[in-house]
Amino acid sequence: MTRKDWRIFLLTALLIAAFPWMVQPVKAVSHYVDVMVFAGIFALVCLGVTMLMGYAGQVSMAQAAFFGIGAYTSAILTGRFALDPWLAMPAGASLAALVAWVVGIPALRLKGHYLAMATLGFGVIVHIILNEEVEWTGGPSGMADLPGLHVLGWKLSTELAWYYFVWGTVFLALLFCFHVLHSRVGRALRAIHEEESAAEAMGVPTARYKVQVFVLSAVLAAVAGSLYTHFVTCLNPSSFNLMWSIRFILMVMVGGMQSLWGALLGTVLMTFVGNEWLHVFAEFEILVYGAILLVVALFLPKGLVSLFTRKPIVHNA
Amino acid sequence: MSRLGECVSRSILAGFYVGLMLFLAASGRGLAAEPYKIGAVFSITGGASFLGEPEKKTAEMIRDEINKQGGINGHPIELIMLDDETDPTKANLAVKKLVKEVPVIIGPSTSGTSLAVVGVAEEANVPLISCAASHKIVTPIESRKWIFKVAGSDSHVVGKMFEHMKKQGIQKIGIMTVSDGFGASGREELLRLAPENGITVVADERYGPQDTDLSAQLTKIRTSQPQAIVNWSTGPTQILAVKNWRDLGMDSIPLYQSHGFGNRKNIQLAGKGAEGVRLPLARVNIGPLLADDHPQKKVIMEYTKAYEAQFKEPVSSFGGHAWDSMHLAMAALKAVGPDAAKIRDFLENTKGFVGQHGTFNFSAQDHNGLSKEDLEMVVVKDGDWALAK
Repeated sequence: MTRKDWRIFLLTALLIAAFPWMVQPVKAVSHYVDVMVFAGIFALVCLGVTMLMGYAGQVSMAQAAFFGIGAYTSAILTGRFALDPWLAMPAGASLAALVAWVVGIPALRLKGHYLAMATLGFGVIVHIILNEEVEWTGGPSGMADLPGLHVLGWKLSTELAWYYFVWGTVFLALLFCFHVLHSRVGRALRAIHEEESAAEAMGVPTARYKVQVFVLSAVLAAVAGSLYTHFVTCLNPSSFNLMWSIRFILMVMVGGMQSLWGALLGTVLMTFVGNEWLHVFAEFEILVYGAILLVVALFLPKGLVSLFTRKPIVHNA
Repeated sequence: MSRLGECVSRSILAGFYVGLMLFLAASGRGLAAEPYKIGAVFSITGGASFLGEPEKKTAEMIRDEINKQGGINGHPIELIMLDDETDPTKANLAVKKLVKEVPVIIGPSTSGTSLAVVGVAEEANVPLISCAASHKIVTPIESRKWIFKVAGSDSHVVGKMFEHMKKQGIQKIGIMTVSDGFGASGREELLRLAPENGITVVADERYGPQDTDLSAQLTKIRTSQPQAIVNWSTGPTQILAVKNWRDLGMDSIPLYQSHGFGNRKNIQLAGKGAEGVRLPLARVNIGPLLADDHPQKKVIMEYTKAYEAQFKEPVSSFGGHAWDSMHLAMAALKAVGPDAAKIRDFLENTKGFVGQHGTFNFSAQDHNGLSKEDLEMVVVKDGDWALAK
């Protein structure tokens, strides 16, 4: 991380840490802590999307499916087999990684938007499985009464506890992503994004790196899914359909595709927009989403972060 | 006067005014009693808006009516209604918001959104009266101390249907169910209750909610020669089932629909084809058909008239759920005041409450309080409902 990134990191961490103390005394916005827990969970997914889309230049339409794989693996293992949530979570992440690897290898060897097409189909398949495998997933009515989460012997029972736990996880993931981006892999990824043939000519094993990033994004989504399961303690396939994959992409695009900070900003903003501020538009919400996307694409092609900086925040290390 | 002096005197004057206003506001509050708050979460938009719309209208109608009459024990009702857009995550957030403000919550509208919030209400110790059907909403009862529901369970509907079949001497049936929450729950109950009623399910077909043709399923069912067909779905597929059943000339095999068909719009959409379709229905839909001495006749006719006069559309089962949950919440508030724990206890001990969907008899073991006797078997006749023999 550059010094500038560290400064932003500390500032953001402070802001996030102080946020509950700012909103909780005000009754009208005291539930914003809840909204922020969801925003944090979605932010984990979106960090993965940024790595994949903004740095490796690949579009995945199946992030909600990986989110669902993580969520349902945790739910089934803890709910039906009484496994410890901390064992179920890596199981979900491994399953997602394996699946991403299998889907990614053929799709990412090809140039162009084959991953988008492959994942589009794959996402729909996962959603159908969640709906139809009633014995395992509870079918369309989903699963309820799932266990919560204990951290070091403490049960996360309040929103505040969840808030700090989820955002702590987000910052850990953020550090990890920064680390990846400033390593050889990160430089290779940016080279792929700029010009794949040139990168290949320079000896960058493009296919391998692309698959690795795709697997990373799937793992992040799966971990987020596990957290979602234990936070909400119930699941329903409608939270993991294609619409959600598109929403994740939208969050990242609004924030700024080529910046991890953009992913955070976009996720928090769009979660509030979707759950709080656009409630009045109800059925027209999708139109408003479209309008937001259009405005961002036309006037802020680098996302909202470009308002704060003239150059992309992440420099070449 | 110096500028400083002017400034000070103005500040004093301003302070005086502010004080006066605060005093007036406080005393004004003392005159009208503190409102009683009722929280509501309905799917007013999104996939289940056909449930949420009539629920919202009904709840608001009742609120206005009661407030016009002077409220509950002099306290006006404040209805804090949130739209979950048929999204479980949004329903969860909405209830999290409400448990901090209100002593009782009505809704959500669907089984999926209800299951997404029962944990929240349970944890916060705030009673919640769901308007959805799944039995999972109120079972296992040990972890549903604070949860009630006013929609009958699918087991009641299936029970009523099988009772009618037995009277007709039907023993072999083919079932077709839609693969969403509604259909999945219906299928489960059909398969579970068939053996104990001496009925064999000879065909078990499923289809998607977006399917545009059900001939394949019906043809397959026909080959297994059932004596009746049960279709369990909501929305366009139940119209399709009727049309395909006619087009294939299968009308010699009677068609039973779930209570999801219980909306007059469905008869209009299916046209003449719907003649003879049988289904169990809550009495709220058939007020005029009830005998005058039926205990529910009065409340149903009053609601039907008020609703149809105000909104120019027929009443539905769903508005009936909102009526039942709203009136139960109000009865509790009237009896014990805005105390969540007392409201819970009051609801659990409510017996003989005459509502739109039946006579509710709650108990510590049963947080639904309805049975199959609260349904009527109806048949489509001359483009309207008629009581089935």
